[in-house]
Amino acid sequence: MLNEFMFILIAVMILVFSVLTVLTRKILRAAVYMLFVLISTAGLYFMLSYNFLAAVQLTVYAGGIVVLIIFSILLTSHLSERAVMAPFKQSLFSALATLAGATLTLVTILRFSFIPNVGADPNFNITDVGNALVSYNREGYALPFEVVSILLLAAMIGSIVVAKKEPTLRDKEAKTDK
Amino acid sequence: MIQNIPLSYFLVISTSMFFIGIYGFLTRRNLITMLMSVELILNSVNINFVVFNKYLFPQHLQGHFFMLIVIAVAASEAAVAIAIIINIYRNFKSIDVENVDEMKF
Repeated sequence: MLNEFMFILIAVMILVFSVLTVLTRKILRAAVYMLFVLISTAGLYFMLSYNFLAAVQLTVYAGGIVVLIIFSILLTSHLSERAVMAPFKQSLFSALATLAGATLTLVTILRFSFIPNVGADPNFNITDVGNALVSYNREGYALPFEVVSILLLAAMIGSIVVAKKEPTLRDKEAKTDK
Repeated sequence: MIQNIPLSYFLVISTSMFFIGIYGFLTRRNLITMLMSVELILNSVNINFVVFNKYLFPQHLQGHFFMLIVIAVAASEAAVAIAIIINIYRNFKSIDVENVDEMKF
């Protein structure tokens, strides 16, 4: 009973806040609604008793990415500014296309009967996940771990280089005048 | 698995979230809100990986690592995209997609 209640609560929160994220006119509010969606998703992972994944979701997504997005909103737009939406015709056709896609996918999912594996559920803890992450044996994931670390390093260097302020022509003239 | 809650309920949630994200990506005109729609899409895919891991293969860890790697990719994608958006704002004084058509043929 409690399971169903929590699941319905989380599901309604996720759906309502996702719709608000894409429909609201104020950009900062959209970011806050997205924060609620990500936190509810972490609640879903807690329900599945995957505590480590929920913690990662909360720290990296809800903590890191949302703060990054809010910072860039504050840097690039005024708070009172209303977002411009697409013209009515384009919104209508986008809604029709997404509805068609969603209907197709939902019908396919609901017609397929997934048979859940009710056997052993070892209930992995953080130690198991960490051991598998750095092990190079059969069930180990050392190679993806290394690839992702290189990707993160490249992304960090790349974004610093892209966002670095280049001296404009005016700055150079000002320097030569001095 | 959770008592009384079948796998397809989770899939319905993640599918709805995915298509809401696509709708936002198609109708938004601001680069940052488009980026937020992409984050919604990635998040819905994560739900799928985790739920399949829990319901169909609870003795393995594949879903865990796919989800962790997708989160890492999402974080680096957000960082690079925001760097590019800030650079665009510096050059065009606006981040609306309508105004950024310098390289359009």
